[in-house]
Amino acid sequence: MSFISYLINGLSLGSVYAIIALGYTMVYGIAKMLNFAHGDVIMIGAYVALLSMTQAGLSPLAAILIAVVVCTALGIVIERIAYKPLRNASSSLAVLITAIGVSYLLQNVALLLFGANAQSFQSVVKWGGLSLAGGSLKISGETVVTIIACIIIMIVLTFFVQKTKPGQAMRAVSEDKGAAQLMGINVNGTIALTFAIGSALAAVAGVLLCSSYPSLTPYTGAMPGIKAFVAAVFGGIGSIQGAFIGGLLLGIIEILGRAYISSQMADALVFAVLIIVLLVKPTGLLGKKIQEKV
Amino acid sequence: MGMLKKMSKNTRSNLITYGIVIAAFLIMQTLITTGSISSLLEGLMVPLCIYVILAVSLNLVVGILGELSLGHAGFMCVGAFTSAFFSKCMRDVITSSLLRFFLALLIGIAVAAVFGLIIGIPVLRLKGDYLAIVTLAFGEIIKNLVNVLFIGRDSNGFHFSTKDVMDLNMEPDGTVLVNGPQGITGTPKDSTFLIGVILILITLFIVTNLINSRDGRAIMAIRDNRIAAESIGINVTKYKLMAFTISAALAGAAGVLYAHNLSTLTATTNNFGYNMSITILVFVVLGGIGNIRGSIIAAVILTLLPELLRGLSDYRMLIYAIVLIIMMLFNWAPKAIEWREKYFSFGKRKKEAVK
Repeated sequence: MSFISYLINGLSLGSVYAIIALGYTMVYGIAKMLNFAHGDVIMIGAYVALLSMTQAGLSPLAAILIAVVVCTALGIVIERIAYKPLRNASSSLAVLITAIGVSYLLQNVALLLFGANAQSFQSVVKWGGLSLAGGSLKISGETVVTIIACIIIMIVLTFFVQKTKPGQAMRAVSEDKGAAQLMGINVNGTIALTFAIGSALAAVAGVLLCSSYPSLTPYTGAMPGIKAFVAAVFGGIGSIQGAFIGGLLLGIIEILGRAYISSQMADALVFAVLIIVLLVKPTGLLGKKIQEKV
Repeated sequence: MGMLKKMSKNTRSNLITYGIVIAAFLIMQTLITTGSISSLLEGLMVPLCIYVILAVSLNLVVGILGELSLGHAGFMCVGAFTSAFFSKCMRDVITSSLLRFFLALLIGIAVAAVFGLIIGIPVLRLKGDYLAIVTLAFGEIIKNLVNVLFIGRDSNGFHFSTKDVMDLNMEPDGTVLVNGPQGITGTPKDSTFLIGVILILITLFIVTNLINSRDGRAIMAIRDNRIAAESIGINVTKYKLMAFTISAALAGAAGVLYAHNLSTLTATTNNFGYNMSITILVFVVLGGIGNIRGSIIAAVILTLLPELLRGLSDYRMLIYAIVLIIMMLFNWAPKAIEWREKYFSFGKRKKEAVK
């Protein structure tokens, strides 16, 4: 029974990673950049939701909505001010360092506004959860909601990218920016839309993460951000299904590793699995192999 | 001046870099002996040397080899812990601090180089962002392993464990040398500003000589076009590994300096985790990828900046972040470069690129 319970907890954590990784992978696919500030958008989303609930006394659903709106706006502003001017820079490292600068900026703004002390997050899920197998297997409401939310997001996003006009535009831009522009696609708008979606997902992930692990500090987003990045690479960066699978696997490995091997070594285990996967499949589980041109 | 003119452009440029380092050292040393700078700033001199060495060594991988490494702090961690372990064991055996430090330095460098080689073999098969994430992964693994390592010594010899101190099963006379998350305490404080500057000069000597050698040109050929380099018979794996291992060894030297500057050595995200690796990368990119002198200047400015802004207390890291973003935009955005060339050319004749 304890194994199944660990497995479900792993799925829940993995779902959060998957939602964050979706944001990473979409942004990478379209802008070819590692958005290191993505983890900190999660943290901002969680703070906004917390304040909406405690200070403004709003319902959890309204709080999530506000967090999503704020993060979407934040994502668009960050892209416009910090990343867009560097889109055609001579080195792709330039925008990476700027993203790190944005990450520091968000952390320190949060530090000034909310303080360094951990704040306890109110869970947005009021439901007590399931009790199966005569009470020996308990699944918390947060776990169930997180997993369901992840599946819904995954389905909606796949549909959006495959079937709708803006989704097709996204795929076109990620394939070839110049050609997409010649076909009359608004490249700047599409990239901004991608950042908006990624940041909105980050807000949702932040609220779900802090509902399960209710301690919020300005650095809360950093480690899940890195893990989600690992998940995105694990699944093959740029691939939406890959991010989903990578996130889930990572969460399960981490929780099982923590339970059965060593709690301090869980992170090392996650990274070791990543290394092994990349050595066998150098572009991740579902990544496309790019043929080098001479 | 006649002699300066006869030298090649590279040699002259290198000599200027050495000159800057030595001049900066002499000025700071004079200021320290006359007591005109705060003790806070004085305490920052060894860390400054550490950052400069790290920035120069990472530039070898990022700028010269052209691969993004996010795990540089891992090699520093290896160098720091092996050398601190050695120094702690030998504290009473070797009493000359200079000799002890020198031996610790050799050990730290050697072990870091071995790690660079072992990690480099699989990592360098990958490309681009995948390579970056795997270096990050190795860096984190090293940090995590150090945190679960317990080593003790008693009359029967050394005891190892990955659980806790009790698990070492030592005799009552045993002492704990490496205490897991609490790290190593009581490392002799052997690092000095002078040693730091000498290490910087040695690092510069190694890196600049490598760049201007046949091997260095092979490494840069791989960076510019791997397939073309391979086709003219350059052994890609060998040269990639060479650059990566030398870089790791130099990071190990910085780690030795770091370990012997503190009485307690622990591995946290901020000193040996990805935060540190990223901090070093910021120095390299801001100073100019592939530009050794730029790395030194960026490392010095960005290390001093938070201290100089200390008067602004809570706002200093905020300002640091904003300055970083603005400097990156100003240095790298194509529009900003165009604007700079238009208004700040100062009679510099533009070089026409050969198409």
